[in-house]
Amino acid sequence: MKEKALPVLAVLGIIVVIWYAAAVWMNATWVYDQAERAGTTVSFAEVVPQTMAQDRPLLPPPHQVAAELWKGVAGQAVTSKRSLVYHGFVTFRGTMMGFALGIVLGVALAVSIVRFRVMDMSVMPWAIISQTIPIVALAPMILTVANQLGIDSREVPKAVISAYLSFFPVLVSMVKGLRSPDQMQLDLLKTYNASEGETFWKLRLPASMPYFFASLKVAVAAALIGTIVGELPTGAIEGLGARMLIGSQFGEPLIMWAALFAAAILAGLLIVAVGIVERVARKRMGVPA
Amino acid sequence: MKDTLNKAAPVIEAKGLNLTFQTGDGPVHALKDVNLTVERGDFVSFIGPSGCGKTTFLRCVAALEHPTGGSLTVNGMSPDEARRKRAYGYVFQAAGLYPWRTIAGNIALPLEIMGFSKAEQAERIERVLELVELKGFGKKFPWQLSGGMQQRASIARALAFDADILLMDEPFGALDEIVRDRLNEEVLKLWAATGKTIGFVTHSIPEAVYLSTKIVVMSPRPGRITDVIESPLPKERPLDIRDSREFIEIAHRVREGLRAGHGDEV
Repeated sequence: MKEKALPVLAVLGIIVVIWYAAAVWMNATWVYDQAERAGTTVSFAEVVPQTMAQDRPLLPPPHQVAAELWKGVAGQAVTSKRSLVYHGFVTFRGTMMGFALGIVLGVALAVSIVRFRVMDMSVMPWAIISQTIPIVALAPMILTVANQLGIDSREVPKAVISAYLSFFPVLVSMVKGLRSPDQMQLDLLKTYNASEGETFWKLRLPASMPYFFASLKVAVAAALIGTIVGELPTGAIEGLGARMLIGSQFGEPLIMWAALFAAAILAGLLIVAVGIVERVARKRMGVPA
Repeated sequence: MKDTLNKAAPVIEAKGLNLTFQTGDGPVHALKDVNLTVERGDFVSFIGPSGCGKTTFLRCVAALEHPTGGSLTVNGMSPDEARRKRAYGYVFQAAGLYPWRTIAGNIALPLEIMGFSKAEQAERIERVLELVELKGFGKKFPWQLSGGMQQRASIARALAFDADILLMDEPFGALDEIVRDRLNEEVLKLWAATGKTIGFVTHSIPEAVYLSTKIVVMSPRPGRITDVIESPLPKERPLDIRDSREFIEIAHRVREGLRAGHGDEV
């Protein structure tokens, strides 16, 4: 554990140092401007402390972000509109819906692509093309369509946008996984006169599981990004995406950065959770620990 | 079912069997005019260089390939019918055990597909594990077993559903010679204990001579039979029979057959 933590901490330390240096450099402009307006001059030693505690810094230093994050997480009731726990939960809920939808869609498409040659030739190219369209451009359209269809809830278009990003890694991995059994394995089942259904349930599906779990980590991160993007143009007032947009529009960089870090922490937790599910599943499938 | 079969009827009978694969480089004659009769209880080895069609012939018997000419019957039926009647168990060169199933679970695979009850599955698994000397390993996963043990488990899988023919395609080709000797002895014991008809593909001359009652020597381009040797060796065969004069004579004849097949190839 110690050997693992050391390099990570070292990199983290370097990032923090660079961050502080950048904060001093970027925020100093404002301090010099203030001094010029007041007709005074400031020495560098006087500038540094002033770059650390501005209300609207160009680049908030780490401790300010940490403080804002702490305030957002622990400083209010979790039901408050200012609570990052509240906004984080909204984003988490959207992510889970998009993730689930993406898994169902990805697996269903993969199964039909492996089963039917027609699907392989017709659907696969479109699935690839779908990922070349910038989601930022597509998101407002999905919202408009949802509106046209009379769907009032913001959750639905958000989940759709999230699923749009997360189904793809699942699809690609599952196609590969379902096709992973070699000819000998297929021949063996043929000698048992196994039906296509039996081949699927007893060979193809279990053989695809390692591919499936590998894709989940990518898919859950994509689902989170999709949800946040879905929260940006909705005029949404809830969710980490909305929080970021508010911070940016109202010139409150601290709010924006705190939301950004909350999203990063959420992503980390989601990936750890998927990793735990994967480990449990692998253990049940007899993989050496 | 078994008793109603005429004892004298051949288990496998090929007459003028031909198989041509259409490839990008033109047709490949994998089997040409193959005539062979295998009687009940025979241990038949197929030996020859790669490309001689020994594996292809076995795959035809298993209905994994379909001949383009001639006739082939298995237990008096077409190979496809014989497969539906579970006439044979097939052992491939690699054990091909499912890593996500235990050894017992792997042996249960054909039994599940063929619809045996849970109780009967358990009873059969116990029996075949004992037969291949893997008693007590049922709960292990394949990665916990050595290569030789994995191959024994795959033989157990082929034995589990009482097919009276066992087809083995270079089953010990990937194993070292010491393990191989031991498994050869075990296969002979298994054969004596179960009375199955065995078709065995190999490219080891000692292996073929040691195991077989009948050795089919084949040669490539086109794949054909050059010699069929009925072994005079007794059914009881200790490993040191390989130093006997008879053994060496048969091995010599196999080698001659292989050389003759190569001679007219150039």
